[in-house]
Amino acid sequence: MPADIAVGNTSQAQQSPDSADPVVVVDDVSITFDIKPVLQNISFTVHRGETRIILGPAGGGKSVVMKLVNGLIRPDSGTICVFGENVTRMHETDLFKLRERIGMVFQESALFDSLSVEDNVAYRLHEDRVPEEEAHERVIEALQFVELENTIAKFPSELSGGMRRRVSIARAIIAKPDLILYDSPTGGLDPITSTTIIDLVIKQRDVTHTTSLLITHRLQDAFLLARNRFNQQTGKIEPIPNGEVDDSTKFLVLNEGQVVFDGTTHELVHSTDPWLREYLS
Amino acid sequence: MPFVSPESFAKQTIASIQEYSILCWRAVANLFSRPRYWADIYTQMDSIGVGSMPIVVLTGFFTGCVLALQSATSLQAFGSVSLTGNLVALSMVKELGPVLTGLMVSGRNASGMASEIGSMKVTEQIDAMRALGTDPVRKLVTPRVYATVFMLFFLTIVSDAVGIAGGALVSVTLMGLNASSYFHNSYRALEYGDVVQGLTKPLFSGFIIATVGCYFGMTTKGGTQGVGKATTQAVVYSSVFIIIVDFIVSRAMIGIFGR
Repeated sequence: MPADIAVGNTSQAQQSPDSADPVVVVDDVSITFDIKPVLQNISFTVHRGETRIILGPAGGGKSVVMKLVNGLIRPDSGTICVFGENVTRMHETDLFKLRERIGMVFQESALFDSLSVEDNVAYRLHEDRVPEEEAHERVIEALQFVELENTIAKFPSELSGGMRRRVSIARAIIAKPDLILYDSPTGGLDPITSTTIIDLVIKQRDVTHTTSLLITHRLQDAFLLARNRFNQQTGKIEPIPNGEVDDSTKFLVLNEGQVVFDGTTHELVHSTDPWLREYLS
Repeated sequence: MPFVSPESFAKQTIASIQEYSILCWRAVANLFSRPRYWADIYTQMDSIGVGSMPIVVLTGFFTGCVLALQSATSLQAFGSVSLTGNLVALSMVKELGPVLTGLMVSGRNASGMASEIGSMKVTEQIDAMRALGTDPVRKLVTPRVYATVFMLFFLTIVSDAVGIAGGALVSVTLMGLNASSYFHNSYRALEYGDVVQGLTKPLFSGFIIATVGCYFGMTTKGGTQGVGKATTQAVVYSSVFIIIVDFIVSRAMIGIFGR
């Protein structure tokens, strides 16, 4: 198993002087589509090595947060800083450079349907003119990580929904990003496939400690992430002993465009907020 | 469809023109900075240029045929049937070749571009491209614009040639004209200004086809229905613009060359 995948940039970044600085800072951000306010004055911070799970009912603005963090859309007000750079004011050409450090998994995979799995996964490497042999090796390595190396020559239309999502994860991690954005990686999938995807996210979290944001509307996925860990000796996912939870996994709950909760798993479970208790029950 | 106030209609129109102008500028300017996607340009040249050959050849050929057939009736009244070649050549090279080729390529490729890019837009592939650090305008629009302008120029020449050949076939086989005199008259009819006029038009048409097709593709909203709407609008707008710009270029060329 290629456990060393995605360690390059991360380890370098962790040694840099700004390693204590937060990776993502969202400050008082609001956005309105047409006349509907989608996000209203939301603020949160994601620190290095943290896995932030964004929970909430559908239509609560979760995917919009993800696109805002990646600079794909701009807020009406407020600021978003990623790696210390204000993405709300950056020029698109500068954003392309910043996005080289960010991997993103889209809600519907968003694989390029005219390209094979290999070309999809190697897309960024081809853009960076990485030699063909090296790119091929890295594609195999990334596909091995998501256990899909046998699909390398196939096209996205030949894959199932879960497989496409896994290829999308391989595409996001191949460039060894410092931040991974998972936009509903388990959305629309059956529970077994969802668990497979979450296992991959846990593996990525525990092997590389890459900072990540993950959207889900399935509570079981969120708690699976919080209560399990990847054992590098056995190569398997296992529950954290004594009912403990992963320290680096934190929660953000959004409802109707506002932050309802921002904190650790322990705080979430013991919250007294009536809406939150009903949502979690 | 809800009625919109004149004010918001005017604002939307101006915003669209601004967006279209920015897209056009970026599409053109991108070729002068790195990275350049030459492989995509060649692929698009093959798809747009070589792929449009059959319809352009068929349209051009039969337009030439029917032009010879129809003009012979009028020319007969003046006893000038021998000038059929003259008329076919001038009509094809100055007007019908460029305009019909533009319209046919618009129907085939503006729709193709709008639907392809539109589908990519609604399935988040455009966002994925941006997230992967690639400028979608540079990767998708610029190759299409340069490929269409370059290939439409040559497609127009092919259309002109097969049109004149079609006119010759009809003149010789159905009207009993002498092939040599037909081609001689055709050749003599054409002056430098006519050829320049006929070959300037496809440069504008090609630009219109690609930019309008890509603009509607890039601004697609609302799922499959949106893709259908974008495709229709791309063909309608590009066809109308081609004819309007044809008139403007014709007037300008007449002003320059005097014919």
